[in-house]
Amino acid sequence: MRWNYLSFVLAAAAMLLLISCEREDRRFREAPPSSSVVNTIQVSQLHPGGQQIATPPVPNSYEENAYAVSEGKRLFENFNCTGCHSHGGGGIGPPLMDDQWIYGGEPANIFASIMEGRPNGMPAWRGRIPENQGWQLVAYVRSMSGQLRTDVAPGRSDHMSGKKPEANTPREIPTGTTGAPTHQ
Amino acid sequence: MNLKRAAGYATLLLLAGCQSNHSMLWSSASKQASDIEWLYWFIFWICLVVFILVIAFFAGGAAKSNIDEAEMAPVMESNEPGDRRAKVGVSIALAITTGTLFVVLAFSIVTGKTTAGLSSKNPVTIQVIGHQWWWELRYPNSQADLTVTGANEIHLPVGQPVVVLTASRDVIHSFWAPNVDGKRDLLPGYQSAFTFKIDKPGIYHGQCAEFCGEQHAHMGFEIVAESMDDFQNWLQQQRKPAVEPQDPTAIRGREVFLTHACVLCHTIRGTDAGSKVGPDLTHVASRRLLAATEISNAPGSLAGWISDPQRIKPGAKMPANPLPPADLNALVTYLRSLQ
Repeated sequence: MRWNYLSFVLAAAAMLLLISCEREDRRFREAPPSSSVVNTIQVSQLHPGGQQIATPPVPNSYEENAYAVSEGKRLFENFNCTGCHSHGGGGIGPPLMDDQWIYGGEPANIFASIMEGRPNGMPAWRGRIPENQGWQLVAYVRSMSGQLRTDVAPGRSDHMSGKKPEANTPREIPTGTTGAPTHQ
Repeated sequence: MNLKRAAGYATLLLLAGCQSNHSMLWSSASKQASDIEWLYWFIFWICLVVFILVIAFFAGGAAKSNIDEAEMAPVMESNEPGDRRAKVGVSIALAITTGTLFVVLAFSIVTGKTTAGLSSKNPVTIQVIGHQWWWELRYPNSQADLTVTGANEIHLPVGQPVVVLTASRDVIHSFWAPNVDGKRDLLPGYQSAFTFKIDKPGIYHGQCAEFCGEQHAHMGFEIVAESMDDFQNWLQQQRKPAVEPQDPTAIRGREVFLTHACVLCHTIRGTDAGSKVGPDLTHVASRRLLAATEISNAPGSLAGWISDPQRIKPGAKMPANPLPPADLNALVTYLRSLQ
Protein backbone atom coordinates (compact mmCIF):
# COMPACT_ATOMS: atom_id res chain seq x y z
CA MET A 1 0.00 0.00 0.00
CA ARG A 2 2.79 2.35 0.96
CA TRP A 3 4.61 1.55 -2.27
CA ASN A 4 1.52 2.31 -4.27
CA TYR A 5 1.35 5.70 -2.63
CA LEU A 6 5.05 6.37 -3.25
CA SER A 7 4.86 5.40 -6.94
CA PHE A 8 1.84 7.65 -7.36
CA VAL A 9 3.77 10.60 -5.93
CA LEU A 10 6.75 9.81 -8.16
CA ALA A 11 4.56 9.57 -11.25
CA ALA A 12 2.93 12.89 -10.41
CA ALA A 13 6.34 14.52 -9.96
CA ALA A 14 7.52 13.09 -13.29
CA MET A 15 4.43 14.46 -15.03
CA LEU A 16 5.07 17.87 -13.48
CA LEU A 17 8.56 17.77 -14.95
CA LEU A 18 7.19 16.80 -18.36
CA ILE A 19 4.96 19.87 -18.46
CA SER A 20 8.00 22.10 -18.67
CA CYS A 21 9.25 20.18 -21.72
CA GLU A 22 6.82 21.97 -24.03
CA ARG A 23 9.28 24.83 -24.12
CA GLU A 24 12.13 22.69 -25.46
CA ASP A 25 10.09 20.31 -27.63
CA ARG A 26 11.39 20.09 -31.19
CA ARG A 27 8.53 19.14 -33.46
CA PHE A 28 9.80 18.62 -36.98
CA ARG A 29 6.74 17.20 -38.69
CA GLU A 30 3.50 18.94 -37.89
CA ALA A 31 0.76 21.01 -39.35
CA PRO A 32 1.12 24.78 -38.85
CA PRO A 33 -1.06 26.35 -36.13
CA SER A 34 -3.61 27.60 -38.65
CA SER A 35 -3.54 28.26 -42.36
CA SER A 36 -7.02 29.67 -42.96
CA VAL A 37 -6.57 32.58 -40.57
CA VAL A 38 -5.62 35.08 -43.26
CA ASN A 39 -9.12 35.22 -44.75
CA THR A 40 -10.68 36.19 -41.45
CA ILE A 41 -8.29 39.01 -40.64
CA GLN A 42 -9.70 42.48 -41.02
CA VAL A 43 -7.12 45.17 -41.56
CA SER A 44 -9.41 48.20 -41.65
CA GLN A 45 -11.88 49.48 -39.12
CA LEU A 46 -14.17 50.56 -41.97
CA HIS A 47 -16.55 47.87 -42.99
CA PRO A 48 -20.09 47.64 -44.34
CA GLY A 49 -22.94 46.28 -42.31
CA GLY A 50 -23.30 46.14 -38.57
CA GLN A 51 -20.72 46.43 -35.87
CA GLN A 52 -17.84 43.97 -36.30
CA ILE A 53 -17.94 41.30 -33.64
CA ALA A 54 -14.57 40.78 -32.04
CA THR A 55 -13.13 37.43 -33.05
CA PRO A 56 -11.11 35.47 -30.55
CA PRO A 57 -7.38 35.73 -31.21
CA VAL A 58 -5.76 32.81 -33.02
CA PRO A 59 -3.20 31.35 -30.65
CA ASN A 60 0.26 30.68 -32.04
CA SER A 61 1.51 27.58 -30.24
CA TYR A 62 5.04 28.39 -31.38
CA GLU A 63 5.10 31.28 -28.91
CA GLU A 64 5.41 28.69 -26.14
CA ASN A 65 8.29 26.89 -27.82
CA ALA A 66 11.86 28.14 -27.60
CA TYR A 67 13.07 26.03 -30.55
CA ALA A 68 10.40 27.43 -32.89
CA VAL A 69 11.23 31.01 -31.87
CA SER A 70 14.93 30.47 -32.47
CA GLU A 71 14.11 28.95 -35.86
CA GLY A 72 12.11 32.12 -36.56
CA LYS A 73 15.14 34.17 -35.61
CA ARG A 74 17.32 32.16 -38.01
CA LEU A 75 14.79 32.50 -40.84
CA PHE A 76 14.45 36.23 -40.19
CA GLU A 77 18.12 36.44 -41.17
CA ASN A 78 18.01 33.80 -43.92
CA PHE A 79 15.04 35.33 -45.73
CA ASN A 80 16.63 38.77 -45.51
CA CYS A 81 13.90 40.34 -43.37
CA THR A 82 16.86 42.20 -41.84
CA GLY A 83 17.38 43.88 -45.23
CA CYS A 84 14.43 46.20 -44.52
CA HIS A 85 13.53 45.80 -40.86
CA SER A 86 17.12 45.53 -39.62
CA HIS A 87 17.33 43.57 -36.36
CA GLY A 88 14.11 45.10 -35.15
CA GLY A 89 15.10 48.75 -35.34
CA GLY A 90 13.71 49.32 -38.82
CA GLY A 91 15.22 51.04 -41.82
CA ILE A 92 13.52 50.77 -45.18
CA GLY A 93 10.70 49.01 -43.35
CA PRO A 94 9.10 49.91 -40.03
CA PRO A 95 10.76 48.94 -36.75
CA LEU A 96 9.43 45.78 -35.10
CA MET A 97 10.68 46.22 -31.55
CA ASP A 98 8.49 49.19 -30.62
CA ASP A 99 4.84 49.46 -29.60
CA GLN A 100 3.51 50.72 -32.97
CA TRP A 101 1.60 48.16 -35.06
CA ILE A 102 0.30 49.62 -38.32
CA TYR A 103 -1.53 46.44 -39.31
CA GLY A 104 -2.06 44.91 -35.89
CA GLY A 105 0.16 43.17 -33.39
CA GLU A 106 -1.86 39.98 -32.88
CA PRO A 107 -0.17 36.81 -34.22
CA ALA A 108 -2.84 36.47 -36.93
CA ASN A 109 -2.30 40.07 -38.08
CA ILE A 110 1.44 39.59 -38.37
CA PHE A 111 0.92 36.29 -40.18
CA ALA A 112 -1.37 38.08 -42.66
CA SER A 113 1.18 40.88 -43.11
CA ILE A 114 3.91 38.34 -43.96
CA MET A 115 1.82 36.13 -46.21
CA GLU A 116 -0.20 38.79 -48.08
CA GLY A 117 2.28 41.66 -48.03
CA ARG A 118 1.47 45.29 -47.29
CA PRO A 119 1.48 48.46 -49.41
CA ASN A 120 4.70 50.43 -49.86
CA GLY A 121 7.17 47.63 -49.99
CA MET A 122 6.32 44.57 -47.90
CA PRO A 123 6.29 41.66 -50.36
CA ALA A 124 3.76 38.83 -50.17
CA TRP A 125 5.46 35.61 -49.11
CA ARG A 126 2.52 33.30 -49.73
CA GLY A 127 3.69 30.21 -51.56
CA ARG A 128 7.32 31.10 -50.92
CA ILE A 129 7.42 30.48 -47.17
CA PRO A 130 5.92 27.24 -45.85
CA GLU A 131 3.18 28.14 -43.40
CA ASN A 132 4.82 26.70 -40.30
CA GLN A 133 7.90 28.80 -41.02
CA GLY A 134 5.58 31.80 -41.35
CA TRP A 135 4.24 31.12 -37.86
CA GLN A 136 7.77 30.69 -36.53
CA LEU A 137 8.60 34.12 -37.95
CA VAL A 138 5.48 35.54 -36.30
CA ALA A 139 6.60 34.17 -32.94
CA TYR A 140 10.06 35.68 -33.39
CA VAL A 141 8.71 39.07 -34.56
CA ARG A 142 6.57 39.26 -31.42
CA SER A 143 9.55 38.37 -29.24
CA MET A 144 11.33 41.49 -30.50
CA SER A 145 9.02 43.78 -28.54
CA GLY A 146 8.94 41.51 -25.52
CA GLN A 147 5.52 39.91 -26.09
CA LEU A 148 6.77 36.40 -25.29
CA ARG A 149 7.67 34.67 -22.06
CA THR A 150 11.28 35.49 -21.22
CA ASP A 151 12.23 31.82 -20.95
CA VAL A 152 11.02 31.23 -24.52
CA ALA A 153 12.42 34.34 -26.24
CA PRO A 154 15.96 33.99 -27.63
CA GLY A 155 18.62 34.75 -25.02
CA ARG A 156 21.45 35.64 -27.37
CA SER A 157 22.37 36.27 -31.00
CA ASP A 158 24.75 34.25 -33.14
CA HIS A 159 26.26 37.46 -34.42
CA MET A 160 27.48 40.66 -32.85
CA SER A 161 24.49 42.63 -31.77
CA GLY A 162 24.02 46.16 -30.54
CA LYS A 163 20.78 45.55 -28.72
CA LYS A 164 19.73 43.45 -25.78
CA PRO A 165 18.65 39.88 -26.52
CA GLU A 166 14.92 39.36 -27.03
CA ALA A 167 14.60 37.62 -23.67
CA ASN A 168 15.73 40.82 -21.91
CA THR A 169 13.54 43.20 -23.93
CA PRO A 170 10.89 44.88 -21.78
CA ARG A 171 7.37 44.31 -23.03
CA GLU A 172 5.96 47.11 -25.22
CA ILE A 173 2.20 47.49 -24.94
CA PRO A 174 0.94 47.50 -28.55
CA THR A 175 -0.69 50.83 -29.46
CA GLY A 176 -1.59 52.82 -32.54
CA THR A 177 -4.01 51.83 -35.24
CA THR A 178 -4.08 48.11 -35.01
CA GLY A 179 -6.76 47.73 -37.67
CA ALA A 180 -7.94 44.51 -36.16
CA PRO A 181 -10.98 44.40 -33.96
CA THR A 182 -9.96 44.81 -30.36
CA HIS A 183 -10.29 41.85 -28.09
CA GLN A 184 -11.84 42.20 -24.73
CA MET B 1 22.08 -24.92 -34.65
CA ASN B 2 25.75 -25.57 -34.55
CA LEU B 3 28.09 -23.01 -33.12
CA LYS B 4 30.47 -23.01 -36.10
CA ARG B 5 27.78 -21.89 -38.51
CA ALA B 6 26.67 -19.10 -36.13
CA ALA B 7 30.25 -17.90 -35.81
CA GLY B 8 30.54 -17.93 -39.61
CA TYR B 9 27.45 -15.80 -40.02
CA ALA B 10 28.69 -13.37 -37.35
CA THR B 11 32.00 -12.98 -39.21
CA LEU B 12 30.17 -12.37 -42.48
CA LEU B 13 28.06 -9.70 -40.79
CA LEU B 14 31.22 -7.99 -39.57
CA LEU B 15 32.73 -8.11 -43.04
CA ALA B 16 29.62 -6.54 -44.55
CA GLY B 17 30.62 -3.34 -42.78
CA CYS B 18 33.97 -3.39 -44.59
CA GLN B 19 32.57 -3.03 -48.10
CA SER B 20 33.97 0.46 -48.24
CA ASN B 21 36.60 0.94 -45.61
CA HIS B 22 36.16 4.29 -43.85
CA SER B 23 39.42 3.95 -41.97
CA MET B 24 43.06 4.74 -42.49
CA LEU B 25 43.90 1.14 -41.49
CA TRP B 26 44.88 -0.97 -44.54
CA SER B 27 43.30 1.55 -46.90
CA SER B 28 45.10 4.85 -46.63
CA ALA B 29 45.02 6.89 -49.82
CA SER B 30 47.49 9.60 -48.92
CA LYS B 31 50.82 10.08 -47.16
CA GLN B 32 49.02 11.80 -44.29
CA ALA B 33 46.74 8.84 -43.68
CA SER B 34 49.60 6.32 -43.97
CA ASP B 35 51.65 8.35 -41.47
CA ILE B 36 48.73 8.22 -39.06
CA GLU B 37 48.33 4.51 -39.74
CA TRP B 38 52.03 3.94 -39.00
CA LEU B 39 51.71 5.80 -35.68
CA TYR B 40 48.64 3.76 -34.85
CA TRP B 41 50.45 0.45 -35.36
CA PHE B 42 53.56 1.72 -33.51
CA ILE B 43 51.52 2.55 -30.42
CA PHE B 44 49.42 -0.60 -30.85
CA TRP B 45 52.45 -2.97 -30.77
CA ILE B 46 54.03 -1.18 -27.79
CA CYS B 47 50.75 -1.42 -25.89
CA LEU B 48 50.39 -5.07 -26.88
CA VAL B 49 53.87 -5.90 -25.52
CA VAL B 50 53.14 -4.00 -22.28
CA PHE B 51 49.81 -5.78 -21.95
CA ILE B 52 51.36 -9.21 -22.42
CA LEU B 53 54.15 -8.42 -19.92
CA VAL B 54 51.67 -7.19 -17.28
CA ILE B 55 49.47 -10.27 -17.69
CA ALA B 56 52.52 -12.56 -17.64
CA PHE B 57 53.87 -11.03 -14.41
CA PHE B 58 50.44 -11.17 -12.85
CA ALA B 59 49.92 -14.80 -13.84
CA GLY B 60 53.43 -15.72 -12.68
CA GLY B 61 52.89 -14.08 -9.32
CA ALA B 62 49.54 -15.77 -8.88
CA ALA B 63 51.01 -19.17 -9.74
CA LYS B 64 53.98 -18.76 -7.39
CA SER B 65 51.90 -17.62 -4.46
CA ASN B 66 52.03 -20.32 -1.79
CA ILE B 67 50.84 -18.42 1.27
CA ASP B 68 49.34 -20.77 3.71
CA GLU B 69 45.89 -19.73 4.84
CA ALA B 70 46.87 -20.53 8.40
CA GLU B 71 49.59 -17.89 8.48
CA MET B 72 47.96 -14.98 6.66
CA ALA B 73 49.70 -11.61 6.65
CA PRO B 74 53.19 -12.81 7.55
CA VAL B 75 55.33 -10.30 9.33
CA MET B 76 57.70 -8.69 6.85
CA GLU B 77 61.23 -9.10 7.86
CA SER B 78 63.84 -6.63 6.82
CA ASN B 79 65.92 -8.30 4.14
CA GLU B 80 68.67 -5.98 3.00
CA PRO B 81 69.82 -7.60 -0.28
CA GLY B 82 66.20 -8.40 -1.27
CA ASP B 83 65.13 -4.79 -0.69
CA ARG B 84 67.88 -3.43 -2.86
CA ARG B 85 67.01 -5.86 -5.67
CA ALA B 86 63.39 -4.73 -5.56
CA LYS B 87 64.42 -1.06 -5.59
CA VAL B 88 66.64 -1.52 -8.63
CA GLY B 89 63.98 -3.53 -10.45
CA VAL B 90 61.24 -0.97 -9.86
CA SER B 91 63.53 1.91 -10.87
CA ILE B 92 64.46 0.21 -14.14
CA ALA B 93 60.81 -0.57 -14.92
CA LEU B 94 59.87 3.04 -14.17
CA ALA B 95 62.66 4.36 -16.40
CA ILE B 96 61.62 2.07 -19.27
CA THR B 97 57.96 3.10 -18.89
CA THR B 98 58.74 6.81 -18.83
CA GLY B 99 61.17 6.42 -21.72
CA THR B 100 58.60 4.53 -23.80
CA LEU B 101 55.97 7.20 -23.12
CA PHE B 102 58.42 9.87 -24.27
CA VAL B 103 59.24 7.89 -27.42
CA VAL B 104 55.49 7.64 -28.19
CA LEU B 105 55.10 11.35 -27.55
CA ALA B 106 58.05 12.13 -29.84
CA PHE B 107 56.65 9.99 -32.66
CA SER B 108 53.21 11.63 -32.24
CA ILE B 109 54.81 15.05 -32.60
CA VAL B 110 56.84 13.94 -35.63
CA THR B 111 53.70 12.47 -37.27
CA GLY B 112 51.81 15.68 -36.56
CA LYS B 113 54.60 17.70 -38.16
CA THR B 114 54.87 15.52 -41.26
CA THR B 115 51.11 15.47 -41.83
CA ALA B 116 50.97 19.25 -41.50
CA GLY B 117 54.15 20.12 -43.39
CA LEU B 118 53.36 19.07 -46.93
CA SER B 119 54.90 21.08 -49.72
CA SER B 120 52.11 22.98 -51.40
CA LYS B 121 53.60 23.80 -54.78
CA ASN B 122 50.89 24.51 -57.38
CA PRO B 123 48.18 23.36 -55.05
CA VAL B 124 44.50 22.97 -55.83
CA THR B 125 42.80 25.29 -53.38
CA ILE B 126 39.30 24.50 -52.19
CA GLN B 127 37.12 26.08 -49.58
CA VAL B 128 35.03 23.86 -47.31
CA ILE B 129 32.27 25.60 -45.37
CA GLY B 130 30.33 23.64 -42.78
CA HIS B 131 26.58 24.14 -42.48
CA GLN B 132 23.98 22.39 -40.37
CA TRP B 133 24.04 19.67 -41.89
CA TRP B 134 25.85 19.74 -45.20
CA TRP B 135 29.15 20.80 -46.72
CA GLU B 136 29.47 23.79 -49.03
CA LEU B 137 32.43 23.64 -51.41
CA ARG B 138 34.06 26.35 -53.43
CA TYR B 139 36.82 26.12 -56.00
CA PRO B 140 37.90 29.75 -55.89
CA ASN B 141 39.20 31.51 -58.97
CA SER B 142 40.56 35.03 -59.29
CA GLN B 143 37.95 35.48 -61.99
CA ALA B 144 34.71 35.49 -60.03
CA ASP B 145 32.56 33.85 -62.71
CA LEU B 146 34.95 30.90 -62.90
CA THR B 147 34.49 30.07 -59.21
CA VAL B 148 32.71 26.76 -58.81
CA THR B 149 30.27 26.18 -55.96
CA GLY B 150 29.15 22.71 -55.05
CA ALA B 151 27.98 20.62 -52.12
CA ASN B 152 28.94 17.38 -50.41
CA GLU B 153 30.92 15.93 -53.36
CA ILE B 154 34.56 17.02 -53.50
CA HIS B 155 36.34 16.27 -56.77
CA LEU B 156 40.12 16.36 -56.47
CA PRO B 157 43.04 15.45 -58.73
CA VAL B 158 45.35 12.61 -57.72
CA GLY B 159 49.00 13.41 -57.00
CA GLN B 160 48.44 17.12 -56.55
CA PRO B 161 48.70 18.92 -53.20
CA VAL B 162 45.32 20.19 -52.02
CA VAL B 163 44.98 23.21 -49.75
CA VAL B 164 41.68 23.21 -47.87
CA LEU B 165 40.50 26.52 -46.45
CA THR B 166 37.97 25.87 -43.72
CA ALA B 167 35.08 27.91 -42.37
CA SER B 168 31.74 27.33 -40.72
CA ARG B 169 28.42 29.12 -41.08
CA ASP B 170 26.88 28.19 -37.73
CA VAL B 171 28.51 25.83 -35.19
CA ILE B 172 31.77 23.89 -34.99
CA HIS B 173 31.98 21.02 -37.49
CA SER B 174 34.89 18.69 -38.15
CA PHE B 175 36.08 17.59 -41.58
CA TRP B 176 37.13 13.96 -41.47
CA ALA B 177 37.90 11.67 -44.39
CA PRO B 178 39.84 8.88 -42.63
CA ASN B 179 41.41 7.47 -45.80
CA VAL B 180 42.88 10.88 -46.60
CA ASP B 181 43.75 12.82 -43.47
CA GLY B 182 43.07 13.34 -39.78
CA LYS B 183 40.20 15.35 -38.34
CA ARG B 184 40.16 19.10 -38.93
CA ASP B 185 37.76 21.39 -37.13
CA LEU B 186 35.74 24.01 -39.01
CA LEU B 187 35.24 26.95 -36.70
CA PRO B 188 32.70 29.73 -37.19
CA GLY B 189 34.31 33.12 -37.69
CA TYR B 190 37.81 31.70 -38.12
CA GLN B 191 39.47 30.50 -41.31
CA SER B 192 42.23 27.93 -41.11
CA ALA B 193 43.98 25.84 -43.74
CA PHE B 194 45.41 22.37 -44.09
CA THR B 195 47.06 20.39 -46.84
CA PHE B 196 46.95 16.82 -48.10
CA LYS B 197 47.72 14.92 -51.26
CA ILE B 198 45.77 11.91 -52.47
CA ASP B 199 47.85 9.20 -54.17
CA LYS B 200 45.24 6.63 -55.11
CA PRO B 201 42.19 7.41 -57.26
CA GLY B 202 38.88 6.35 -55.78
CA ILE B 203 35.82 7.51 -53.88
CA TYR B 204 36.42 8.14 -50.20
CA HIS B 205 33.71 8.75 -47.69
CA GLY B 206 33.99 11.52 -45.12
CA GLN B 207 31.96 12.46 -42.11
CA CYS B 208 31.45 15.30 -39.66
CA ALA B 209 33.43 14.38 -36.54
CA GLU B 210 32.25 17.05 -34.11
CA PHE B 211 28.73 16.85 -32.72
CA CYS B 212 26.81 19.66 -34.36
CA GLY B 213 23.10 18.97 -33.83
CA GLU B 214 20.26 16.64 -34.80
CA GLN B 215 21.64 15.43 -38.12
CA HIS B 216 25.32 15.34 -37.19
CA ALA B 217 25.49 11.58 -37.76
CA HIS B 218 24.14 11.99 -41.31
CA MET B 219 26.40 14.87 -42.31
CA GLY B 220 28.59 13.01 -44.78
CA PHE B 221 30.58 13.94 -47.85
CA GLU B 222 32.47 12.16 -50.58
CA ILE B 223 35.90 12.79 -52.03
CA VAL B 224 36.15 11.72 -55.66
CA ALA B 225 39.87 11.45 -56.44
CA GLU B 226 40.46 11.28 -60.19
CA SER B 227 43.12 12.03 -62.79
CA MET B 228 44.02 15.65 -63.52
CA ASP B 229 42.26 15.50 -66.91
CA ASP B 230 39.03 14.13 -65.45
CA PHE B 231 39.20 16.74 -62.71
CA GLN B 232 39.68 19.60 -65.19
CA ASN B 233 36.79 18.31 -67.31
CA TRP B 234 34.58 18.15 -64.24
CA LEU B 235 35.60 21.69 -63.26
CA GLN B 236 34.84 23.00 -66.77
CA GLN B 237 31.44 21.32 -66.67
CA GLN B 238 30.65 22.77 -63.22
CA ARG B 239 31.58 26.27 -64.36
CA LYS B 240 28.79 26.36 -66.93
CA PRO B 241 25.47 27.89 -65.94
CA ALA B 242 22.51 25.56 -65.64
CA VAL B 243 21.24 23.98 -68.86
CA GLU B 244 18.12 25.50 -70.36
CA PRO B 245 15.21 23.09 -70.05
CA GLN B 246 13.95 21.82 -73.42
CA ASP B 247 10.82 19.73 -72.97
CA PRO B 248 7.63 21.29 -71.59
CA THR B 249 7.69 19.27 -68.35
CA ALA B 250 11.15 20.56 -67.46
CA ILE B 251 10.16 24.13 -68.39
CA ARG B 252 7.17 23.79 -66.08
CA GLY B 253 9.54 22.38 -63.44
CA ARG B 254 11.72 25.47 -63.60
CA GLU B 255 8.62 27.61 -63.16
CA VAL B 256 7.65 25.54 -60.09
CA PHE B 257 11.16 26.00 -58.71
CA LEU B 258 11.09 29.76 -59.20
CA THR B 259 7.59 30.30 -57.78
CA HIS B 260 7.76 28.12 -54.67
CA ALA B 261 9.79 27.94 -51.49
CA CYS B 262 12.82 26.41 -53.31
CA VAL B 263 13.95 29.77 -54.61
CA LEU B 264 14.24 31.25 -51.12
CA CYS B 265 17.18 29.06 -50.17
CA HIS B 266 18.79 27.60 -53.30
CA THR B 267 20.83 28.91 -56.20
CA ILE B 268 20.62 27.75 -59.80
CA ARG B 269 23.12 29.79 -61.77
CA GLY B 270 21.60 31.07 -64.98
CA THR B 271 18.18 31.62 -63.40
CA ASP B 272 16.81 34.19 -60.96
CA ALA B 273 17.37 31.79 -58.06
CA GLY B 274 20.39 33.09 -56.18
CA SER B 275 19.91 32.44 -52.49
CA LYS B 276 22.77 31.05 -50.43
CA VAL B 277 21.01 29.38 -47.50
CA GLY B 278 20.94 25.86 -48.96
CA PRO B 279 23.18 23.97 -51.40
CA ASP B 280 23.80 25.27 -54.92
CA LEU B 281 21.70 23.17 -57.32
CA THR B 282 23.15 24.35 -60.65
CA HIS B 283 24.55 20.86 -61.37
CA VAL B 284 22.63 18.80 -58.83
CA ALA B 285 22.04 15.95 -61.28
CA SER B 286 25.80 15.41 -61.64
CA ARG B 287 26.14 14.37 -58.00
CA ARG B 288 26.17 10.73 -56.92
CA LEU B 289 24.24 11.24 -53.70
CA LEU B 290 21.79 13.70 -52.14
CA ALA B 291 21.10 15.18 -48.71
CA ALA B 292 24.74 15.07 -47.51
CA THR B 293 25.23 11.51 -48.89
CA GLU B 294 22.16 10.22 -47.07
CA ILE B 295 20.12 9.13 -50.11
CA SER B 296 20.87 8.18 -53.70
CA ASN B 297 20.36 10.70 -56.48
CA ALA B 298 17.45 8.89 -58.11
CA PRO B 299 14.15 10.48 -59.21
CA GLY B 300 12.17 8.70 -56.48
CA SER B 301 14.45 9.66 -53.60
CA LEU B 302 14.72 13.22 -54.93
CA ALA B 303 10.91 13.50 -54.99
CA GLY B 304 10.70 12.02 -51.50
CA TRP B 305 13.31 14.44 -50.22
CA ILE B 306 11.54 17.48 -51.72
CA SER B 307 8.11 16.57 -50.41
CA ASP B 308 9.11 15.52 -46.88
CA PRO B 309 12.75 16.00 -45.85
CA GLN B 310 11.82 15.80 -42.17
CA ARG B 311 10.92 12.13 -42.62
CA ILE B 312 14.36 11.31 -44.02
CA LYS B 313 16.39 13.64 -41.80
CA PRO B 314 14.37 14.98 -38.85
CA GLY B 315 15.52 18.47 -37.93
CA ALA B 316 17.09 19.26 -41.31
CA LYS B 317 16.69 22.91 -42.24
CA MET B 318 14.68 22.14 -45.38
CA PRO B 319 10.91 22.31 -44.79
CA ALA B 320 8.33 19.98 -46.26
CA ASN B 321 7.01 21.05 -49.67
CA PRO B 322 3.53 19.67 -50.28
CA LEU B 323 3.32 20.08 -54.07
CA PRO B 324 0.60 18.71 -56.34
CA PRO B 325 1.86 15.49 -58.02
CA ALA B 326 2.11 17.05 -61.49
CA ASP B 327 4.18 19.97 -60.16
CA LEU B 328 6.41 17.66 -58.13
CA ASN B 329 6.98 15.47 -61.19
CA ALA B 330 7.84 18.53 -63.30
CA LEU B 331 10.22 19.84 -60.63
CA VAL B 332 12.00 16.49 -60.36
CA THR B 333 12.26 16.29 -64.17
CA TYR B 334 13.81 19.75 -64.23
CA LEU B 335 16.28 19.08 -61.41
CA ARG B 336 17.27 15.76 -63.00
CA SER B 337 18.16 17.64 -66.18
CA LEU B 338 20.69 19.85 -64.37
CA GLN B 339 23.79 17.85 -65.34
